[in-house]
Amino acid sequence: MHTKTIAQLAAGLRNGDFSSEELTRAYLERVARHDDTLNSFITVSEAEALQQARLADQRLKAGDGTTLTGIPVAQKDIFCTNGVLTTCGSRMLENFVAPYNATVIDKFNAAGAVMLGKTNMDEFAMGSSNETSYYGPVRNPWNTDTVPGGSSGGSAAAVAARLVPAASGTDTGGSIRQPAALCGITGLKPTYGRVSRYGMIAFASSLDQGGPLAQTAEDAAILLNTMAGFDSHDSTSIDEVVPDYTATLNDAIKGLKIGLPKEYFDEGLDAEVGKVVEAAIDEYKKLGAEIVDISLPNTHLAVPAYYVVAPAECSSNLSRFDGVRFGHRCEAPIDLEDLYKRSRGEGFGPEVKRRIMIGTYALSAGYYDAYYLKAQKVRRLISEDFKQAFEQVDVIMGPTSPSVAFKLGEKKDDPITMYLSDIYTIAVNLAGLPGMSIPAGFVNGMPVGLQIIGSYFNEARLLNVAHQYQQVTDWHTRAPTGFE
Amino acid sequence: MEWETVIGLEIHTQLATKSKIFSGASTAYGAAPNTQACAVDLGLPGVLPVLNAEVVNMAIKFGLAINAEIAPLSIFARKNYFYPDLPKGYQISQYELPIVGQGAVSIELEDGSSKTIGVTRAHLEEDAGKSLHEDFHGMTGIDLNRAGTPLLEIVSEPDMRSAQEAVAYMKKIHSLVRYLEISDGNMQEGSFRCDANVSVRPKGQEEFGTRAELKNINSFRFVERAIEFEVERQIELLEAGGEVVQETRLFDANKGETRSMRSKEEAMDYRYFPDPDLLPVEIDAGHIEHVRQSLPELPDAKRARFVSDYGLSDYDAGFLTASRDMADYYETVAKESAESKLAANWVMGELSSYLNKEDKDISDSPVSANMLAGMIRRIKDNTISGKIAKEVFDAMWQGQGDADAIIESKGLKQITDTGAIETLVDEVIANNPQQVEQFKAGKDKVLGFFVGQIMKATQGKANPAQVNELLIKKLKD
Amino acid sequence: MSLDKTQVEKIAHLARLQIDATDVPEYATNLSNILDLVAQMEAVATEGVDPMAHPTEAVQRLREDRVTETDQRDHFQAIAPQVENGLYLVPKVIE
Repeated sequence: MHTKTIAQLAAGLRNGDFSSEELTRAYLERVARHDDTLNSFITVSEAEALQQARLADQRLKAGDGTTLTGIPVAQKDIFCTNGVLTTCGSRMLENFVAPYNATVIDKFNAAGAVMLGKTNMDEFAMGSSNETSYYGPVRNPWNTDTVPGGSSGGSAAAVAARLVPAASGTDTGGSIRQPAALCGITGLKPTYGRVSRYGMIAFASSLDQGGPLAQTAEDAAILLNTMAGFDSHDSTSIDEVVPDYTATLNDAIKGLKIGLPKEYFDEGLDAEVGKVVEAAIDEYKKLGAEIVDISLPNTHLAVPAYYVVAPAECSSNLSRFDGVRFGHRCEAPIDLEDLYKRSRGEGFGPEVKRRIMIGTYALSAGYYDAYYLKAQKVRRLISEDFKQAFEQVDVIMGPTSPSVAFKLGEKKDDPITMYLSDIYTIAVNLAGLPGMSIPAGFVNGMPVGLQIIGSYFNEARLLNVAHQYQQVTDWHTRAPTGFE
Repeated sequence: MEWETVIGLEIHTQLATKSKIFSGASTAYGAAPNTQACAVDLGLPGVLPVLNAEVVNMAIKFGLAINAEIAPLSIFARKNYFYPDLPKGYQISQYELPIVGQGAVSIELEDGSSKTIGVTRAHLEEDAGKSLHEDFHGMTGIDLNRAGTPLLEIVSEPDMRSAQEAVAYMKKIHSLVRYLEISDGNMQEGSFRCDANVSVRPKGQEEFGTRAELKNINSFRFVERAIEFEVERQIELLEAGGEVVQETRLFDANKGETRSMRSKEEAMDYRYFPDPDLLPVEIDAGHIEHVRQSLPELPDAKRARFVSDYGLSDYDAGFLTASRDMADYYETVAKESAESKLAANWVMGELSSYLNKEDKDISDSPVSANMLAGMIRRIKDNTISGKIAKEVFDAMWQGQGDADAIIESKGLKQITDTGAIETLVDEVIANNPQQVEQFKAGKDKVLGFFVGQIMKATQGKANPAQVNELLIKKLKD
Repeated sequence: MSLDKTQVEKIAHLARLQIDATDVPEYATNLSNILDLVAQMEAVATEGVDPMAHPTEAVQRLREDRVTETDQRDHFQAIAPQVENGLYLVPKVIE
């Protein structure tokens, strides 16, 4: 069962081949058996999952329900889940049983999906390797000495190992796409404002977006159908019609104009990874797409700008973690200052502290213009680059990550090197555009992802373009061994 | 050395919406702690703000009333600092692009002249919660019901030159927000708070002196006293060769002095930046016009109308329109009694005096507008004299009923029967020959003696006009 | 851009983060490196460029002034570190 896609599982449920309860138990058993190796789950919500599965079975019997009804899904531990521990990968929230549901969770519940549990992640979504989690690193199922990528490492690893058919993730600088690439699965970051951020614990408010990690573009489309939509609780949520993302998967892509930014194929890119990506592009040529060389001249400024904007916003977003109303509180605080400093000092890991401090510095008196304001201007330039490119092309492609998965601990001591893992993904968040990563091949047995970037609210096109590739290739069907 | 005082006021007024500025929790006063603090107000992880439409409308109303520009695009910014009554660790406020720009109000000074006080800007922000320092065994209790209540912060230009001007300005703003029905202005409940920036400079110097900020003063009287104390303190300090420190000071009402706030951070770095959870607030001309249509009659317009409709002097009209409540009260009395001048005298005179004595607001007056109108009608129809009316008024104030009931029960009906008065006049003339002689000799003032005697005999109930008329007639004979 | 020990301590204080004295040098190094990375932005001219606060051109939506939230104090305070009589308790604040 675990090699089936959601589309296939949904059919099976409707056919009565198995019940949701059976399906759920099967996946719970897989998690119990294999997750010690991967550490992809922080919480497995077995009782709740089975209860949801039974309800789903009732709905299916009544002939009522959506494609997702009865399908087990894992949720990144960044989404608030009422009554279920929500840690955000941090010690700060190790006792935080969320008292409300994120809108995304409500939507999954309304669709009848079954939540298997909460997946491991980089602490407060800050990281590109899932090594900053307080709950231990996640391992890449393709090679357990390597990282799965981050911050949605747990979701990516769990889907890659087929411990769950699909999972939710969030992406601020690449945190869905990069782990999807490193784990050989399909991940999509929607347009900013497409998916509600209400209940999605904030890292960088103007960059964060929730999205699906799945085995196929079709499955990602099924998940996006449920996740997307206007939410009146989120002022940055855009009231744009949600199309049926599965309906246009088979649109013809002959004549599709694909832009290849020369900046994405420079010395920073591992040569072998480059070859895989070029082979993928060739497949598109065979499908009738037209390749256009483009330039995104401000690409090199994306990481610097991001490392001002994101830390600045997060330094403010994380101020609420103060030991007063929820979360970690230090023992016997002697005064208010002690309460704050020790609760936060103990609750946050070093990467989070680094980013809070950079953010605090960038916003502090005298530095605002030089850093934050400057970064917002650079952001405009980057955005304009894409706008201009999309006048010439329909989608932009390139590698998702400059290399395949690196070894655990390899980059941990050098934050800058770690930050540069996101060199191809970050600009997309700064511009707020939708982006996907799909499996495109392997280098030394490790997955390589192809990034596809679209223009605003063009997720349907992205999924269509991805799906067509997945019709003529089988990279997306490959799964790591050892997790049978 | 002659010194000049420079004062600017920052007024925070709570806007009278039903729900909070960024959440759907209630703003009702007096609820049990933390029963009106929803997820958004508590700053739980993952929550987001959504702006209350009525808050925007109220800010626009204020802007229009002070002839200020309403920003077509305004931005919310985060003011970052740590304090337990500030759940998110930042306050959502406005920094670079406030919703209301430069405006002005005019104030009346004691000598009757008027002065224009500039308003630099007014912006929207959320209120913080409350800290309760009563001993919870050495801890402080935090109530977040108030967190998220909408505030309009009104910043004046440093145009005031005396504590009296500052009070006049504060009263004008207070009156305005109540007129506009955007705030109840209740200072006891904290819906209207004032901070004063006070500095002094040698007269003639253009540069401002260093200022001190006097915080959270919650009555007109305290504002005046606090500023006066502070001005004296600064002058003394400077004359002794010292320097004024830029700091925040609290007013101690008991001691009548200001003191420096201990353990308050010097020069807080608020790290303002535009709030990424909120988008720019766009207000177009149509929206502004729509709000303009809904504006109530403003104080200046009402004042002019009182002068023309009720034949009042500008001064009286000004007094009666100082507050919306007073203006509404007066109009009811004037219309129901059909005696606009008498109504003005009574409202400005006796009623105001009683209110001041008991420190009551006109909305708490035990004598309602209808009751006062009723009493004035009895003066007009000669049932009682103006003097007796004072007795009636006092009885009404004490809750002894309305005018008619009191006149009846106390037998205060005026004596107007000519025959009866004539008898009294004859009597008093007969009994006081000496005074009659004095009158005939040209001492007109003696008339008062006779009147007094008759009033005494009738417990004041004789109609004074008739008494006077008959006395003169008889005495001249 | 190099940050020294005093600056790191000042930033940590602003952010209310306790940092062990022994860790300060490492933070100083890491933060300085990040600032060097960030300094690459200086290479591009941005006068006259409109800063981008949001990827969207949308404007703020307004919500009807209506009370929609009910009292959930018990539910929310169930996860609080210290409450008494419905109040959140913190070490005494001196004003």
